Parts: sequence; structure tokens; C-alpha cells
Amino acid sequence: MDILVCIKQVPETSKVEVDPVTGVLKRDGVDSKMNPYDLYALETALRIREEVGGTVKVISMGPPQAAEVIREAYMMGADEGVLLSDRKFAGADVLATSYTISQGVRQMGHIDLILCGKQTTDGDTAQVGPEMAEYLAIPHIANAIKIEELKDKSIVVKMDMPNTVEVAEIQFPCLLTVEKEIYQPRLPSYKKKLEIKDREVKMLSLKNFADQDEKRYGLNGSPTQVERIFPPAVNTDKEIWNGSGAELADKLTAKLKKSKFI
Amino acid sequence: MGRLIVNQEKINSSNIDALLKICPFGAIEDKDGKVEVSAACKMCKLCVKKGPAGVMEFIEDEIKHIDKSAWNGVAVYVDHVEGDIHPVTFELIGKAKELAAKINHPVYAVFMGYGIKDKAEEILHYGVDEVFVYDYEELKDFRIEPYTAGMEDFINKVKPSTLLVGATTIGRSLAPRVAARFKTGLTADCTILDMKENTDLVQIRPAFGGNIMAQIINPNNRPQMATVRYKVMDAPERSAEISGKITVCDMDTSKLASNINVLNITKKEVESSISDAEVIVAAGRGVKSEKDLEMIKELADLLGAQVAVTRPLIEAGWADAKKQIGLSGRTVKPKLIITCGISGAVQFAAGMNNSDCIIAINKDAKASIFNVAHYGIVGDIYEVIPTLISNIKAGKGIA
Ligand SMILES: Cc1cc2nc3c(=O)[nH]c(=O)nc-3n(C[C@H](O)[C@H](O)[C@H](O)COP(=O)(O)OP(=O)(O)OC[C@H]3O[C@@H](n4cnc5c(N)ncnc54)[C@H](O)[C@@H]3O)c2cc1C
Ligand SMILES: Nc1ncnc2c1ncn2[C@@H]1O[C@H](COP(=O)(O)O)[C@@H](O)[C@H]1O
Repeated sequence: MDILVCIKQVPETSKVEVDPVTGVLKRDGVDSKMNPYDLYALETALRIREEVGGTVKVISMGPPQAAEVIREAYMMGADEGVLLSDRKFAGADVLATSYTISQGVRQMGHIDLILCGKQTTDGDTAQVGPEMAEYLAIPHIANAIKIEELKDKSIVVKMDMPNTVEVAEIQFPCLLTVEKEIYQPRLPSYKKKLEIKDREVKMLSLKNFADQDEKRYGLNGSPTQVERIFPPAVNTDKEIWNGSGAELADKLTAKLKKSKFI
Repeated sequence: MGRLIVNQEKINSSNIDALLKICPFGAIEDKDGKVEVSAACKMCKLCVKKGPAGVMEFIEDEIKHIDKSAWNGVAVYVDHVEGDIHPVTFELIGKAKELAAKINHPVYAVFMGYGIKDKAEEILHYGVDEVFVYDYEELKDFRIEPYTAGMEDFINKVKPSTLLVGATTIGRSLAPRVAARFKTGLTADCTILDMKENTDLVQIRPAFGGNIMAQIINPNNRPQMATVRYKVMDAPERSAEISGKITVCDMDTSKLASNINVLNITKKEVESSISDAEVIVAAGRGVKSEKDLEMIKELADLLGAQVAVTRPLIEAGWADAKKQIGLSGRTVKPKLIITCGISGAVQFAAGMNNSDCIIAINKDAKASIFNVAHYGIVGDIYEVIPTLISNIKAGKGIA
């Protein structure tokens, strides 16, 4: 079975702030890591390979330094990785990102199953997986919480719905986005680190794609536009209380009593 | 649409540092005195607006304008399981009415399923102009291909200018698929929506993974799509009378084929969700250890409240993910929420700032939670809460 996992490099912390005076975004030299939700997708792929054999490939779109997450995936056990990187991809919204990755996927040979994380911790839309599935014209299931059964031509998964849990069978090729419950991700192996030292991270850019129409990528391929960014609203109708712990507790008790919460 | 241009000749040793620093994403690089923009660029254009004058320039490309008047109506996807309509649907109808009124558009609902015709009438109690019903056996269970095909049929027939979808498990799977099919924009988890006179939907949400809000538009594509979480908007009153009409739609059923087969569905135990709680005590990283959560639980019990937490506590494994408030957790709108040791990051605040009464306890007077709180208590939770607990137990009230 040939499995492809979509992974993204995200900032370690969310220390982006708007300077209230200049309106400029501030982001302190943040470290990057693999989107934590993608670890679950990768783990799922590795478990399936352990069970039925095959290959696990990873794909990521991002700046050149995102090659780091592909190496991290190698250390967990992925066989092969591709980074889609091009200045022309810059400023991509969900639609352009999904299209770019779907073009990259088409360069990766035979794939039965594509796995995505549930969402990223920076973009946080949970939309890239389903949009990619549409571009690849394959069915998808979001929020998979368990693999029930692997068959030759299909996979049976459990999915989490608001008030129900559904078991569904989906034919290959298909795409799944997985929830945290699915498997506990393994740690990267430092023994593997030596082993994969020379393994290449393949880089693809626009000129490697079947569709080279620049209008479909990056900012140009993004229907949504950020008109402005601003700090969150401040509620001006408020009371601030200072004092000792006991004073504050007493004041709060009185307030809760007055509003009939106690 | 457009491109960033670097005017290399305007770069000199005195402004280059400022230029590199202005980019919050580290995308502007100095390659031996020549400035290059890398793939990390998010096109926020801050370098153009706030960087050294004239160095970075944004060139607008000629864009193909669409005929916006050909798209009419604000439509809401009716989220349901076997005809049980999710309340987020009514909240979105309330918002859709407000948005549509500004541009004189009708409000539509699109309802897809099997054996649901008689359930469509309920929607007419909330004041939509027309409910479009797709009632086919293939639509019995939510499966992505037939549902997307139904939406495609609806959009092609009705041409709504805006389409709102609840950010439920179904909506979050369906909306992106539909957006990609129409190659249009979709903004996830909007917290504020507004309408411009030219029918552009103003979509506001926390962005860039930071403490900032972004206002997003989709000016050259229709339909413009947004998802909104449950409890973010207000549902209109259900009116005793019905208004509007129901239209049952026909479509080419060959488009309803699917490679997915739903084998069985089991009802989950109904657990009390923090989204439905009237009173919440929320704990953040100010709580130093898992053991100290006991104090929070005790206070919650005394107030008949549910305990909720911030994301770091979920990551630490101290609570179940269902208890997380925020952008990537649940939205809550209780009568009272007391936040204990929570800094108030936008992603957290986005999930609770519509609560009726917000009381925040934080020892840092500058914490951003005080920007959304109605009562800001600048104090140490380890001093305030134990005393509060003993006060309540002692029935003490008048300080
Ligand atoms: C895309 C994205 C989505 C996110 N989604 C969510 C989400 O859904 N929900 C969420 O919660 N977070 C979310 N986050 C994380 C969010 O940005 C914050 O990191 C998080 O909310 C901070 O949690 P906190 O307030 O508990 O911790 P901190 O930010 O560490 O704040 C702790 C606070 O406690 C105060 N404190 C410490 N000790 C005491 C004491 N003894 N007494 C009183 N006060 C004390 C401190 O002054 C501080 O203000 C998201 C982040 C990103 C990037
Ligand atoms: N730039 C990217 N490169 C590779 N995979 C991505 C990228 N962005 C998103 N994904 C995948 O799509 C999922 C959902 O991302 P998002 O829509 O940003 O929340 C992630 O968990 C990844 O599996």
C-alpha cells in the first residue's frame, strides 16, 4: 500500500502580536516544528505500513527550511519526502495551498491513501485536506478516530460526528483527516538519524508541475484577501479590582451573591 | 492579486536592517546586499506599508472582475443528522437575515437529506424566504460526494452571493469541498461577519496564529463562503407563524454516486457539553499543577458550574479535549464565566467573549484577558479562590 502524509512546519509558539502604536506585526525569532496534528497522521501511516507493507511518503509545502520537518518524518520512519517550495507559492490561502499540494501529489507516483492532520496550529482551518481531495477527485472522510479494517481496495474507519460515531468504508484512492485519538505518535529515533543522514529531500517548484499557470498559485491563486489586520477589540465597559487576596475574594463573593449565582 | 517588487536601488546600509526586521515571518533575506523575498512570505504587505519608504512595492495585477449582480441571496446550509437540525443553523439564519437586509437580498436555506420534506417547515418559522430541499435516498447519510453534488446543483441553480455553513464536523468537511469545486474563497471559523454595499462579505477571524484579528474579503469570486462555529451568532426568536416557501429540487441522480458506504451509526452518550453550560469556571496555565485543578473543580461545584480549560492544559493531558474553550476548542456563551489564571490570547477569547458576564482573575494587570472581562480581578488565584470557596461555604455574602 502506498501512503502519502501531508505535513506542515508551524511556529513553535504563537508569539505574534500587533504593536499597538505602529500597527506592525511582531514575531520574535520563533522556532519551528512539525504541526502536532500531523504526527498522528504520520503515525497512522507507519502503523498501516507495519501491518500490510508498502511505502510511506510525506509531502510539505513551505519555505526551504521546512525541509526540516521532512527529515523529522524520516526519523520517525517515512521512506521518502518532497518539499514544494517556490516564491510563487507565497501568500497562498487555503484554495491555493490545496491546489499546490494537489499538483505536487500528482508528481509522486501511485498513491492509495492520503492522510492529513485534523488541522494546523497556525492556519487552523482544517480545510486543506478536504479541498485537496476535491482537486484530486477522490473521496474523503474527516475526523477519523480509528482504523477498523484494512481491505485490498478499501479501508473501514470510525469517524467522530457531533452526536454519533459512524463506521464507514471508503474505497481507495481516498483521503482521511485523522483525530488525535487514532494512535499515539512515536518519538523520532536518533538511531535513524544516522541512517537517514544522506537521504535526500526532493524539492519541487512550479516548473515541475503539470499546471504551470501562475494565476493558480500563491497570492494570485488566492480568492481571499486580507484587507486589514488589527488587535482584538477592547471592552471598555469594565471594572478592575485591586486589593489583597482576601479583599478581592470578599468582593467577588458579594458580587456573585448579588447576581444570584450563589 | 499582484506581486511584491524589491526596489534594490533604494536599499542602503541604513535601511536594510529595518526592512529585514519589519517582516514578522522572516521572509525578507539579505543575500549579499541584494534583498530577496522567500517562500515564507505571507503577502501581508507590512513591508510596503510600514517598511522604509519606497523599497518594497506591491504591483496590482489586472484582475478579471465578475458580475456581482448575477449572484443574489444569502444562503445557509441546514446542518442536520437525520432531520435533527443543529441549532447553529438557526444562528446562521439570524445572521444571514441581518446581512441580507443590508443589500436587499433574499435569505435562503438549503436542506439535503432523505425523508426530510416534512421537517423543512420548521425552518420557515425563522424567517427565511425560501428553503431548497434535496430529498434523495443517496443523501440519507452524510457522504461527501453526493452532498457536494447537491450543493453544486443548488449553487448553479440559485446563484447565491454568500453561503454560510456551520463549523460542525459535517460543515467543516463539506464547505471546503464545495469551495474547491467552485474555486472560491472560504474563511473558517469567522467570529464577526458584515456586508459591504457591493455585496462583499466582510469576514473577521483571529489569524496568523497570533494575537491579532484579520478582516478577510473575497472580492472576485462567488459564492463567497464562510464557516461559523456554534454559539458565535445569536439565533432569532422562533416565530409562531411561518413565512417563505419550500421548493423541492430535482437533480441528476447519477451525480449522487459515492465510494463511501456508511456501515453503522451509534449514538454517543449525551454528555453535558461546555457549550450548553450556564456557568463556567475556566482554568489556565496560572494553575500550577494537575492537583491544583481540584480547587477549580470545588469552586465549580459550589457554583453549579462546569470546568473548562485553555489549550495548554489539554496539551499537558490534564483535561479532556472536549473541555477546551477557544478557536480550536468549543465556543461558549454562558451567563457567567470566571477565568482563573488565563492570559486571554485571541484564540481563547474568540471562544468565550460573547458570554454575558466575564470575571477574570489574573495576577498580571496587563494580561489581555482584562480587555474582554467585565470584572477584572488583579490577584493571585491561590489567594482569591480558596477564600472565595470558604466564603461560599460559610454562606458569607455581604462584604
Ligand atoms: C491557531 C491557534 C489556535 C489556538 N486555539 C486555542 C484554543 O482554542 N483555546 C486556547 O485556550 N488556546 C488556544 N491557542 C493557544 C493560545 O494562543 C494561548 O497560548 C493559550 O490560550 C494560553 O493559555 P493560558 O492563558 O492558560 O496560558 P498563559 O498564556 O501561559 O497564561 C497564564 C496566565 O496566568 C496568569 N497567572 C499565573 N499564575 C497566576 C496566579 N497564581 N494567579 C493568577 N494568575 C496567574 C499569568 O499572568 C498569565 O496571564 C491557540 C493558538 C493558536 C496558534
Ligand atoms: N503547507 C502544507 N504542507 C503540507 N500539508 C499541509 C499544509 N497545510 C496544510 N496541510 C495539511 O492539511 C491539514 C489541515 O491544515 P489546515 O487546513 O491549515 O488546518 C494539515 O494537518 C496538513 O496535513
